[in-house]
Amino acid sequence: MTTLLNRPKKLKSKQKYRSLWVDFIAVLVVFAVFIAPLSFIIINASKSSRDAFLLNFHFPKKWVFWDNLKEIWSSQDHIIWRATVTTLLITVLSVTVLIVISGMAGYYLQRAKTKLAGWGQFAVLSALIAPPALVPTIWVMQKLHIYATITGIVFIEVTYGMAFAVLLFRNFMATIPKELDEAAIMDGCEGWRLYFRIIFPLLRPVTLTIGIVTSVAVFNDFSNPLYFLPGNAHPTLQLTLFNFQSQYNTSWNLLFTDILYITFIPLVAFIFFNRKIVEGMTAGSVKG
Amino acid sequence: MASKRMSKSAYPKTLLLPAGVLYLLFFFIPTGISFFFSLTRWNLQDWKFIGLENYRTYFDNPNLRVGFINTFLYGVSTSIIKVVLGLLIANFLTTRLRTRGFLRSTIFFPTLLSTVGIGLTFKVLLDPFHGPVNAGITAALHWVSITAFGPGWLTDSNFLPLFTISLVDVWKGVGFATLIYIAGLATIPKDYYEAASVDGASKRNQFFSITLPLIRPAMFSVILLSFIGGLRSFDLIWAMTGGGPGFVSDVMGSINYKQYQAGFYGISTAGNVILLLFVTALVVPLSRFLNRMEVEN
Repeated sequence: MTTLLNRPKKLKSKQKYRSLWVDFIAVLVVFAVFIAPLSFIIINASKSSRDAFLLNFHFPKKWVFWDNLKEIWSSQDHIIWRATVTTLLITVLSVTVLIVISGMAGYYLQRAKTKLAGWGQFAVLSALIAPPALVPTIWVMQKLHIYATITGIVFIEVTYGMAFAVLLFRNFMATIPKELDEAAIMDGCEGWRLYFRIIFPLLRPVTLTIGIVTSVAVFNDFSNPLYFLPGNAHPTLQLTLFNFQSQYNTSWNLLFTDILYITFIPLVAFIFFNRKIVEGMTAGSVKG
Repeated sequence: MASKRMSKSAYPKTLLLPAGVLYLLFFFIPTGISFFFSLTRWNLQDWKFIGLENYRTYFDNPNLRVGFINTFLYGVSTSIIKVVLGLLIANFLTTRLRTRGFLRSTIFFPTLLSTVGIGLTFKVLLDPFHGPVNAGITAALHWVSITAFGPGWLTDSNFLPLFTISLVDVWKGVGFATLIYIAGLATIPKDYYEAASVDGASKRNQFFSITLPLIRPAMFSVILLSFIGGLRSFDLIWAMTGGGPGFVSDVMGSINYKQYQAGFYGISTAGNVILLLFVTALVVPLSRFLNRMEVEN
């Protein structure tokens, strides 16, 4: 699995690369299909309003990316700044809570052979498949006085992300021998202490991947804040982008600057954690 | 003796408590009460029982009914394309290429991008009059002396907008399918292929007799994940067309949101229940069927 990306194995002498033409054509196709739309964003984010109006792939007459960035940054009472802080806060809180509680749950579900564990498995599967009941959830949140609050959206993100995380934790837990638990119990370490002292540190690889995958998902989430975090008190980046589109109707350069801005953080994550993300995303999906 | 003690205290039920409470509060209870509130006219405070009225509205109004067929078409088309295309790409990207790492990274990259950002970008790219895609098509046709314009990818009033959106969905999601396949392909022992080629089997035959049967577990994961994702889709459609023009690209996710936005909470909740039953009725038998096929293997 570590060889999934960027690390072709050393070739045995008898194995040969394919013809250079195959590479050439493949790269050409990938450029046309994947790189072109992305470069369109970057090019037009760097143009002046008049220049970007033509919507073409030509290089900007003058590179004004920083001016555009300053403009979206200061528009509407610095809403982008507030949205950035809010989104990062929601992301960090959700990921932290999610990792702590789904690790515990995955541990219980994998180790305990009780009726409750059986119900837990069913709960995980149901949450993976069933679309959540949105308006009734708003009703419950209003009763709890957490509708349209950071606390509320964090609980929602954790709940909706939990099923996948518990599944990954549980699968990984199966590779940690049960004898380890027994030895710890002999030494008088049980329950929560056993989990947090002995088991949790061993889950590091899967914890890291769940952390990265969930961060990207929460950061890019659009529909949950749309339902559960309305109003201007706590704007998120995805909602700000969506609401800006009508305002930017003729200023394409600012729209693309905004898109590039919110893509920046996942881009950095990709550059640093490329292989980790890939391993984590595939680990839970394929048996054996 | 040790095992008796372990089942009592080593794994206390409290470990499950925080996750369980969140699941009950924000998933189980809302799903349960949605069945009740779908039978009412309500405004989150007061409710009035109106029987199956909301469901009747949903099934009678052609603008709402279009959601069923569109949701189904979207789920099926996106997952079929991802299942097939993902396998072909993965199969290609496990051969010996100098640019393999670059190609894999690039195809995977869109998975991490903002759905709304991608949707808005493609909306501009596919603009019927000003977009570069149609400008390119017009120029290419002009070059062969034909004067014609590209189609209204997102503005025609037929199935084209929905199909265009599902292609963008594939653009964004095929990298993930490819990765699952690559992980699956890595588990197939190389000896099988070597033995087959010693026996004179062609590459084509190797693909159909070795790769295809042994890639099944990965393929079934891709089928289920992309089908569930497709049936529940909302973001991309909302960003690209908002369900329009008119209602031609509306799926149940977007219809339910529109009803909610307009204050018809009962209808929106009924739509949620219908979507829940719809997804369950399609996915549960499918996953049973796929599981059985896997066991038989």
